[in-house]
Amino acid sequence: MQKDTTTSSSTPPTNTGRIRHRKRSNEVIPEDGKANGGKLLVNDKSKYKSMLIRAYSSVWMIGSFVLIIYMGHLYITAMIVVIQIFMARELFNLLRRAHEDKQLPGFRLLNWHFFFTAMLFVYGRILSQRLVNTVNSDKVLYRLVSSLIKYHMVVCYSLYITGFIWFILTLKKKMYKYQFGQYAWTHMILIVVFGQSSFTVPSIFEGIFWFLLPATLIVINDIAAYFFGFFFGRTPLIKLSPKKTWEGFIGASVTTIISAFMLANIMGRSQWLTCPRKDLSTGWLDCDPGLLFTPESYSLLGWTPLWFPWKEISILPVQWHALCLGLFASIIAPFGGFFASGFKRAFKIKDFGDSIPGHGGLTDRMDCQMVMAVFAYIYHQSFVVPQSLSVEMILDQILMNLSFDEQEALYRRLGEMLQQGIQRMT
Amino acid sequence: MRDSSADNSCSSPRTPNLRQRRRSNEIPPEILKSNGTILLVNDKFKYKSMWIRAYSSLWMLAFVSLIIYMGHLYIWAMIVVIQIFMASELFNLLRRANQDKRLPKFKLLNWHFFFTAMLYVYGRILSQHLVNTVTSEKIFYRLVSNLIKYQMVICYFLYIAGFVWFILSLKKRYYKYQFGQYAWTHMILIVVFTQSAFTVANIFQGIFWFLFPALLIAMNDVAAYFFGFFFGKTPLIKLSPKKTWEGFIGASVATMIAAFTFANFLGRFQWLTCPRKDLSTGWLECDPDPIFKPEYIPMPEFISHWIPEKEIAVLPVQWHALWLGLFASIIAPFGGFFASGFKRAFKIKDFGDSIPGHGGFTDRMDCQMVMAVFVYIYHQSFVVQHDYSIDVLLDQIMRDLGFEEQLALYTKLGQILQERQLMHI
Repeated sequence: MQKDTTTSSSTPPTNTGRIRHRKRSNEVIPEDGKANGGKLLVNDKSKYKSMLIRAYSSVWMIGSFVLIIYMGHLYITAMIVVIQIFMARELFNLLRRAHEDKQLPGFRLLNWHFFFTAMLFVYGRILSQRLVNTVNSDKVLYRLVSSLIKYHMVVCYSLYITGFIWFILTLKKKMYKYQFGQYAWTHMILIVVFGQSSFTVPSIFEGIFWFLLPATLIVINDIAAYFFGFFFGRTPLIKLSPKKTWEGFIGASVTTIISAFMLANIMGRSQWLTCPRKDLSTGWLDCDPGLLFTPESYSLLGWTPLWFPWKEISILPVQWHALCLGLFASIIAPFGGFFASGFKRAFKIKDFGDSIPGHGGLTDRMDCQMVMAVFAYIYHQSFVVPQSLSVEMILDQILMNLSFDEQEALYRRLGEMLQQGIQRMT
Repeated sequence: MRDSSADNSCSSPRTPNLRQRRRSNEIPPEILKSNGTILLVNDKFKYKSMWIRAYSSLWMLAFVSLIIYMGHLYIWAMIVVIQIFMASELFNLLRRANQDKRLPKFKLLNWHFFFTAMLYVYGRILSQHLVNTVTSEKIFYRLVSNLIKYQMVICYFLYIAGFVWFILSLKKRYYKYQFGQYAWTHMILIVVFTQSAFTVANIFQGIFWFLFPALLIAMNDVAAYFFGFFFGKTPLIKLSPKKTWEGFIGASVATMIAAFTFANFLGRFQWLTCPRKDLSTGWLECDPDPIFKPEYIPMPEFISHWIPEKEIAVLPVQWHALWLGLFASIIAPFGGFFASGFKRAFKIKDFGDSIPGHGGFTDRMDCQMVMAVFVYIYHQSFVVQHDYSIDVLLDQIMRDLGFEEQLALYTKLGQILQERQLMHI
């Protein structure tokens, strides 16, 4: 999170003690009270101005985000790729040292080579099945795509080895330590950036709901923590981020869980958001909502007083899953922000970049999102998919996705595996 | 590779870098200037270190042969032990003693991440094998299949626990050191577990795919040493001054010839070529894969004059072996260069000192790691016949459906396929 108040909390120790709670708009802080009245007014004005800038860019971000969601899965993936490129650039630039870099001409190019390789690897794996489904109609393209997929790992590995050898051949005598540090840093960046996106993109293709709901919960948690801290903040939460308070944390948690429950209901009713996308097309989507998104009615007769107008409420089963997501978003996901704060403090940087006015860089915005995206995907794969999977669904998939020969091959292999299993049991 | 001889050219400031391998009786100009006693001691010392090195090599060779005889499960156990030692060496490498005293639990955190990585990697690779082993008992089967089903969640929560622990343990003036250690831990675990994941996957495809590449790398090492010893003249790369072009090229040729012949020899043993589908340790029997079945090609003209046989039996795997040999001789040494550069960058002599005469485990495994990854990818792409979609669906079926449901699916699919066949006829 970016510090937008002029009295920043990470002041050098010579100043009076750290400000540990969020400022109320009309609270007079002892240090500022000693200054003259002109300073106070400027302080206030600049704080409101920065809050306005922050709100303005938030509105823009939310607006473009909603537009992209409306346009579809492929465009959301493209947006994620663009965000990744910007994040990687910010992070690559972060620990480079200008004078050493002048003596190593091809080094920046090497970073982007590894970036390209990682992108090919991650998106190749994720989108291969969907790509196959898109070109299923055209025989020639199908064979081309299948062979590309078959040799996908070899291609990516060769590219990586090329980069590895290039790195070793460019090691220069007095720069060994710097170059190895940069190499390790590049790997860490790519793992962080691509790790989280390789979980985000499959979520998108499972249904935009599984991407939109976690992202929205993080944003709600952020905003709610800000406001709760603003009005009630008193006890500090963690030394790493002095602006965070326990009141903000708890208030935001409650808000997030409640809104998770309600948002899941709202979002779950839209087919655009809940249907999985099996290929890379961009048109309209139609599908059977599935058990999770079919409303179940619960009667409220025993719970509410007689004057309550609604006698029963309809709950989508997915709302219970949303509660778990909300719990994670409020309790664990903020640790992504703490990690980023600690990192910035360790390396004495204020922000990861300055692409977004009022917020800092892209990495500052995405730090909690990354932790949440990984969790959402793992949760989905472990608890949602098995519940909704059934013999009929897999049978459908087999009949739809495989050719006749492949179906017979699968039948044979399944038979072998089952026989081995039976043999062991008897 | 460890520099065990006394004439360590990289670190002596007085004499210029000795760029060629010493022949046993060549006298470098610097030593000639000194008196005769130093010469004798020098020679003795070098022979003594070569003796130590050969002695520990023999022990390692004998030990590995025994393990291979005992089987897949024991090889896996050996790999796990090697990993633990490598991780230990590397974790200790960049720790700074004074800062570690103020951060008591930090070592424990490293091992927590190590354990999580181990659970994740081996869980993924060996889950199907584990299921095949415990299908005998109903209770175990359900326990194991639940573990496998939720394996990702368990590993993720272990990782998140470590992550949260790390953040809560950040201490005010040690931020930079702690973040550096955190990144270093991740890099170590990635390096160590990536290669071991691929190695273990190779083993269960058939010990051949583990033994053969390891032999090639060892062969390449030894051949490079001897070719360099006898013919070494022009230096190869600034990073490792002891390596020479003559050693490199001689070793490449030797490795490729050895690859072709070893593959023939090793490919005849069922113990080495059969894949292991479960975690048992008994004898193994299988129908050999087509690449291990000999094909007879007629002997070329110029040889048939000398040898009575009209045909030569070539296993198709030998052609694959040529590619593996090419990689082992040309690309795999870069793993060694990387390790050399790393040691030079951080001014360390060896990664550890577990093995007398060789350094630490990481010193031995640096080229092996690059090779193991290549062998796995080569095997998956060019040797195994893959049907991507079938694998994905079979994976899903095995993982998410219970046994009764799998049987139901099988019967239904059988009915549909039969109906379709009847319709077509």
